[in-house]
Amino acid sequence: MQYALLFYETDTSFAAWDHNPESDAYWGAWKVYVEDMLASGIVRGGEGLLGPQTATTLRVRGGQNEVQDGPFADTKEQLGGFFVIEVDDIDTALAWAAKAPCAPYGGVEIRPTLPQM
Amino acid sequence: MATGRVEQAVRESYGRLVAILSSRDRDIGTAEDALADAIVAALEQWPEQGIPERPEAWLLAVARRRLVDRSRRAATDAALSRSLALLTEFVGEVDLAAPRFPDERLKLLFVCAHPAIDPTVHAALMLQSVLGLSAARIAAAFVVSPDAMGRRLTRAKVKIRDAGIGFELPDPRELAGRLGPVLDAIYTAYGSGWDGLADDSQRHDLTTEAIWLARTLNELMPAQPEALGLLALMLHLEARKAARRAPDGAYVPLSEQDTGLWSPALLAEAEATLRRAATFRKAGRYQLEAAIQSAHVGRRLTGQPDRATIAALYDGLFHHAPGLGVAVGRAAAKAEADGAEAGLRLLAAIDAERVADYQPYWAVRAELLARSEVADGQGDAILAYDRAIALAEDPAVRRHLAERRARLLS
Repeated sequence: MQYALLFYETDTSFAAWDHNPESDAYWGAWKVYVEDMLASGIVRGGEGLLGPQTATTLRVRGGQNEVQDGPFADTKEQLGGFFVIEVDDIDTALAWAAKAPCAPYGGVEIRPTLPQM
Repeated sequence: MATGRVEQAVRESYGRLVAILSSRDRDIGTAEDALADAIVAALEQWPEQGIPERPEAWLLAVARRRLVDRSRRAATDAALSRSLALLTEFVGEVDLAAPRFPDERLKLLFVCAHPAIDPTVHAALMLQSVLGLSAARIAAAFVVSPDAMGRRLTRAKVKIRDAGIGFELPDPRELAGRLGPVLDAIYTAYGSGWDGLADDSQRHDLTTEAIWLARTLNELMPAQPEALGLLALMLHLEARKAARRAPDGAYVPLSEQDTGLWSPALLAEAEATLRRAATFRKAGRYQLEAAIQSAHVGRRLTGQPDRATIAALYDGLFHHAPGLGVAVGRAAAKAEADGAEAGLRLLAAIDAERVADYQPYWAVRAELLARSEVADGQGDAILAYDRAIALAEDPAVRRHLAERRARLLS
């Protein structure tokens, strides 16, 4: 089955994206994780995203484009990136999610992908 | 031929067949539908043609044909399409001529109590998919509407299918963590319908079903001390069921129960099960709860429960499972062993915000204050009784507390 792992980051962890004393440790942890995942051959796709301060949200209402500065939902944790992986079942997906660097302070949402039409 | 015999044959095999039929596609709902069709066919054909030599193989063969028919139809629906090749392979998986089918119910129990499934539906899922109980019957036990229960069950089954919850036994390293929710769900099934209904004839409890699930679990997983502990606990509670109510329906507290009404057979089985659990020398919440019940039973022989042992067991239980119910039970046990004041001190240590609406806290507090020598104890006891009575859902418990309160005033 294919699952999307959606990685949720916090304000503090997004702050580490800029160069500061914490960023080396932050990126180091992600580098190890991404390399492990790629080496296991399960990755079907994925990207990291720039922080929610760069987000723009659009809704069409009454035929009008409503464009807004900011992410879709104003929550404490925000989407920071995702992988699409191919594994047997949710337990394997959960095991990969548990290793994500953001799991201890943010979280990971696991979603099966829609089967091919 | 009586429908009863057909029903019994079906009940024995239901969970086994659902587990086999749903394991490949993880689709419990569709497996149950196919099995339901097979059961309807059995009810039509068996009374005339006689029960087949191997009823389970018969049901499995018919249900599988239905599954294949269904997915052929579904295959026209692109979004639901599944490969027919896979299905053909699946149909060949279990040998219908084999003397016994593999028992996959254990996997089904773990699927029902998977952490990715809402814990409030674990028990209902087990009762339905392993025992074949209807949503209406389960809804009555959990005091919710049949529609709401049906929706919850359907949602959970769709999640199992679509989220890809594997029909596999947990990895040994994860077993301890995964077994807990299975045990909790079985105990939840046992507790359903126990309280909140006044009239025993209206009770829709599922205690027998829960014990059956625990027996099945222990059969399939024989060396788990906590699973044995849970079975022992439920057998103890079940043994005293007849003594919990007076003939007029009034609530009878444990200390005043007629020990002659306790079931000796169930008590003996409970004790033997707990002894087996203890041989593993690995204590846990359910074993300690069963041990507390066991210590209460000592009264049958000596006339007096072993109060010091019960208080010590509660200390151990609180260490393993520091929930509100255990904290209050521990205070009550401490009071029995070392006096009301000692119990009140433990009650005072519980966070006041958490107990504001917790009925057992107020009932125990009232009882201990009434017995204590503390200043204003009697006045505070009356206030605590008022609160316990207001919070009690069971009219028999309310009557019991009102009598205790009235005794203080006379």
